[in-house]
Amino acid sequence: MSFKRLWAMFYARNLEFFRDRSALGWNFLFPFLIVAGFGMIFGGKDYAEYKVGFFPSQYESVSVSNIDLPSGFRETNYIKFIGFESFEDGIEKLKHHKIDFLVKAGSPENEYWVSDSSPKGYIIEKLFKGSLLPDGKVVAGKREIKGKEIRYIDWLFPGILAMNMMFSALWGVGYVVVRYRKIGVLKRLNATPLTAFEYLSAQILSRIFILMFTLAIVWIGCSFIFSFKVEGSYFDLFVIFFTGGICLSAFGLVIAARGTSEEFTSGVVNFISWPMMFLSEVWFSLEGSSRWVKLIAKLFPLTHMLSAVRKVMNDGAKLADVTPELAVLVLMTAMSIAVGAALFSWNK
Amino acid sequence: MLEIKNLVKKYKEVVAVDDISFSIRKGTCFGLLGPNGAGKTTTIEVIEDIIPPTSGEILYKGKQRLSSFKQEVGIQFQQTALLSSLTLRETLITFKNLYNDPADIEEIIDICNLREIQKRLNDKISGGQKQRLMLALAMINKPELLFLDEPSTGLDPQARRNLWSIVQKIKEKGNTIILTTHYMEEAQHLCDEIAIMDNGKIIARGTPHQLIKEHCEGVTVILPKNSIKIPLSQFPFRFREINGRLEIRTNDINSCLNRLLSEHIDLTEMIVRSPNLENVFLNLTGKQLRD
Repeated sequence: MSFKRLWAMFYARNLEFFRDRSALGWNFLFPFLIVAGFGMIFGGKDYAEYKVGFFPSQYESVSVSNIDLPSGFRETNYIKFIGFESFEDGIEKLKHHKIDFLVKAGSPENEYWVSDSSPKGYIIEKLFKGSLLPDGKVVAGKREIKGKEIRYIDWLFPGILAMNMMFSALWGVGYVVVRYRKIGVLKRLNATPLTAFEYLSAQILSRIFILMFTLAIVWIGCSFIFSFKVEGSYFDLFVIFFTGGICLSAFGLVIAARGTSEEFTSGVVNFISWPMMFLSEVWFSLEGSSRWVKLIAKLFPLTHMLSAVRKVMNDGAKLADVTPELAVLVLMTAMSIAVGAALFSWNK
Repeated sequence: MLEIKNLVKKYKEVVAVDDISFSIRKGTCFGLLGPNGAGKTTTIEVIEDIIPPTSGEILYKGKQRLSSFKQEVGIQFQQTALLSSLTLRETLITFKNLYNDPADIEEIIDICNLREIQKRLNDKISGGQKQRLMLALAMINKPELLFLDEPSTGLDPQARRNLWSIVQKIKEKGNTIILTTHYMEEAQHLCDEIAIMDNGKIIARGTPHQLIKEHCEGVTVILPKNSIKIPLSQFPFRFREINGRLEIRTNDINSCLNRLLSEHIDLTEMIVRSPNLENVFLNLTGKQLRD
């Protein structure tokens, strides 16, 4: 093991990355745009989850107070009302799931149409029927949530950062090494005293440096706009992101161990990253999902990393509280490095 | 310096290298000459320890190759790529740091004529400049043994001559060189000893002079057809007619010229061609090197 050789490869890889302006820009811009975009969509007051069509109406957009529908229904939050001139126009949109529910305005019988296969339509139907009940008929007592509120953006933000780390690690290590094998860079390096362990270590360290650098810049940039609340310690967050970043880069090593086909590698990276993105609770919680879905999610490093980050960021947990997550990440890292190094080939 | 004994390399049913043996003396330039697909690159890559042999023995300085082998040899591959977005100088520094006892980078830059382009990015240089960079990288560790695999393939004549002069300089420093090529001029110009390969086997071996002397006799005299005023049926030698010219093979050039003069044949546009390695290969295999 030579640190001089390791440093030479680490330095060269970083030079490559920071000089590739397009890749560098995209690494910063992508998470920033996602956070900004979703922050605006889900954080704003105009956000609508359901779309209800009504007819007859001369205009598509009408002030809610001017729509001749039961007041309890039309004043429900998160519903967007869309006007149609005729029943035919409305039913066409309903058939194609462009709207979730269609109702005839001013109808004494409160006529409505809904698709039986639409989950959103089902919910709206319940709401519509509920709004027709006389006031005071249903008894329910609302209680306030005590404690600090976690904004959606505070919940989403660490997920976006972790997802960006995942893509950067898998593509930046897995895809790049396979490309280097294909074009002969690895073969040239194999003709030197550089060992596979030194090369792979340099790749992981270089990637983790890039990941942490990107993370810091994006965090600072986003916090200027959204002023995130971090309940726990920044140092603890750094440790978790660092450990998770190494683990994801090591995952990339396994992908990079063999092969010269960029197309195949691209498929493998997508095959791993897409389920990881959806099942690691980046976008939505898996609460209530099937047991097997949750079990699969536990196989992904992103799940454990994100769980630890959110505990620290949203709940103020300490490192000791996230020891199980960190232990799993360290174990996965060790296994990935062992498998990647054992399978690694310089040649085509 | 290097001894190869009964080397075999098979890929499934294909025998790329078929039981070859040869040795290379220190300080010489040894050439593996042969057409594309003859097994030259496979042979050299097995010796370089890039690919494993199927069987056979490779001795470096009389011993099996140790882990220090890669510290002591320099390799220029036929086709390779480098880390992108790095300048030539940064690439040289990166590779320099991979060795325990590297060369002086300024000296290497001067030998390989890279001074003026050292700040250019690797992917912004011409083919000839890239080959010079590859040669510089192969020399970055002051190698005792230098492998050059088709170093001038794809280069224009001027760039090829330029590369040859650099290799000559390296030879003059006393380095041992193994060179593969399918250019007979290159082998003849640079190599002290040559092994001619075809279909994975070595079919002839010796100095360029020995090979020509052993496998090709005489010279070729070429005359324009219109310089011959007598009927061709009365022409005193056997000849081949190619593109309006007559080719005569002779082992006695003096007698041949005297006879042509006695027949009052105009020799103003005569060409006398000595045999070369191309003719050696043609005589040995019945095909051209570039086939």
